[in-house]
Amino acid sequence: MSGTTATPARDSWRTAAAWRSLFRDRPLIPLLALLAVLVVIIALVRPGMVGPEWAGVVLRTAVPLAILAGCQTLTMLTGGIDLSVGAVASMSGFVVATLVSGPGTPAGIVVALVAAALAGLVTGIGVGVFRVHPLIMTLGMSLVVLGLANVWQLQMVQTGTGVPDELRWLGSGTFLGIIPHSLLVFLPLAAVILLALRRTGYGRMLYAIGDNPVAARLSGARAWQVVVALYVISALMAAVAGFLLAGLTNIAAVTLADSYVLPSVAAAVIGGTSIMGGRGGYGGTIVGALILTVLTSLLSALGYPEAVRQVLFGSIIVAVAAAYTRVTSES
Amino acid sequence: MTAAAGAVDGPRTRPAEMVMAWARRNTWTIGLLGFLIALLAFTRIIQPSYGVPGIQGLASAVLPLALATVAQAIVVISGGIDLSIGSMMALTSVVAASQMEGQGEAFGIAVVVGVLLLGLVLGAVNGGLVVVTRVPDIVVTLAMSFVWAGCALLVLKTPGGDSVDWLRQLVLGSLLVPFIPKAAVVLVVIVAVIWIPLRRSRLGLSMYAIGSNQLAAFRSGVAVGRTKILAYMFTGLFAALAGLSLTASTGVGTPVPGPYTLQSVAAVVLGGVSLAGGRGGVFGPIVAVAILRLVRTDMTFLNVDTNLATVAEGIILIGVVMAGSLIEMRRRRA
Repeated sequence: MSGTTATPARDSWRTAAAWRSLFRDRPLIPLLALLAVLVVIIALVRPGMVGPEWAGVVLRTAVPLAILAGCQTLTMLTGGIDLSVGAVASMSGFVVATLVSGPGTPAGIVVALVAAALAGLVTGIGVGVFRVHPLIMTLGMSLVVLGLANVWQLQMVQTGTGVPDELRWLGSGTFLGIIPHSLLVFLPLAAVILLALRRTGYGRMLYAIGDNPVAARLSGARAWQVVVALYVISALMAAVAGFLLAGLTNIAAVTLADSYVLPSVAAAVIGGTSIMGGRGGYGGTIVGALILTVLTSLLSALGYPEAVRQVLFGSIIVAVAAAYTRVTSES
Repeated sequence: MTAAAGAVDGPRTRPAEMVMAWARRNTWTIGLLGFLIALLAFTRIIQPSYGVPGIQGLASAVLPLALATVAQAIVVISGGIDLSIGSMMALTSVVAASQMEGQGEAFGIAVVVGVLLLGLVLGAVNGGLVVVTRVPDIVVTLAMSFVWAGCALLVLKTPGGDSVDWLRQLVLGSLLVPFIPKAAVVLVVIVAVIWIPLRRSRLGLSMYAIGSNQLAAFRSGVAVGRTKILAYMFTGLFAALAGLSLTASTGVGTPVPGPYTLQSVAAVVLGGVSLAGGRGGVFGPIVAVAILRLVRTDMTFLNVDTNLATVAEGIILIGVVMAGSLIEMRRRRA
């Protein structure tokens, strides 16, 4: 009798442990499950809505967010954060739009990338060399970028602005009405980030610095060089996201991407990247960005107002982050 | 034993050394205050007409951000950070404005008390979640900023509501002599009534303790979780005061959070509070808020593009923090 009661008890304990290790070692699986649940709910409440076209719209909307969340993932791995992505992305899209009629789109893109890289370089030097807290450094840099972009806007008021056709094609165009063109940019970028984080010395260095900065320094990592390069990369990615966003919305404005900053942090957190550094990855972040986009789609399908969407957004972030913390702290 | 006690007690009995010790502890705040006075003199020189109305305008313009900054300072001193302050301000502001609409002056008092209690509840939820889930403060309060902003939109979809008259009069004009703006008096009274007793209390000491070293505080018997929740409650209370000051100065409640959250973080850091926690006070940050505002005013007087004022704000923020960390690095090397 006692044997029969003990066995199921041990089994359930085993399954609990198995679940925990599943969450801990393969965080992508529960995240994908959550994503699938959201899609199923949409399919149930609005039959016929889920289809290839819907998926195309979701992907197209999620790509800029996923790139910006990539900036957060990379910086968060080292224990930092990049609040300047919104300002840098908006500035880049805006600069291209103002240079279309004059020097042309390619020149505009080059100018925007150089400007973004400069902003990233200054941020990186501040964080890496002068040890300014990343939160403060990127916050200050976003003020500087926003102000300069506004000054540029006043200079360019005569020439007028327009999002170039090339960016519109890239940001909002689709193959066969389903597959968004922005994947042409996103898939290679995501592949490079995923490979770099796993396979290259630079990627492992990011984890090392975030996990234990002192140990990383003592074992010979030149932390400041890694950090300077990191913030330049982050600014360049933000610029690319800015191009796609300008193309997607057909708007060139100096505050275009501001509303994406906090969701980009949220997507990285939902994806399992720790804001304390050293833990996480880009795969989870991509799923996190998809979850946030699908959730938005679900709530608008249900006809809920913006207010409810925000409340649910926040609650889900806390719940998922709490689940992660619970799972990883019990190990 | 008695000798050691005498050595500790000795300096306290001599006023000159007490003043010196106080000045050493508050170098940063005194420097900021000196800078503010110099800036006021500079403003007077470039714009001789800058006088009583200018100072009154300065005081009422900085009041919401100053209160938000005090809110941020309290939680940062305790080793946390609250990115939901702007949203809490929006929520408390719309609740106040929507409840005061069409009501009498006396009912306004009940609304104010209710809104302050609401602020305490919001802070308790933030702090409770941080303590219970053990998720980093920045993530929890970031997520809660969505929640509180959503709640604000549920209360009022568009800017609206009304403010009772006495609340509006509270931050307008000046008191007794024209040189003392009412908004500054309100700020001083609020800080004097809430912050100064708090800082001198056991709870205040515990807040500084968990901010500077949580483990050490825990081992010396500080109830870390309870202290943290209380710190967040005081932050919520000051955010509610900031929200009320928004309603008072604009006469309506706006459901969309202003730029107060990040500005309060910037002002707190400029005011000499370490983001690592455990160091600083609330006076430095308040002076920093006034300085940032006055720099903007001066640039308008000098006919500089206001967008360059945004750039200047960013550069000041980065420059001051960089200088601070350079001094810190020198000191450590020495």
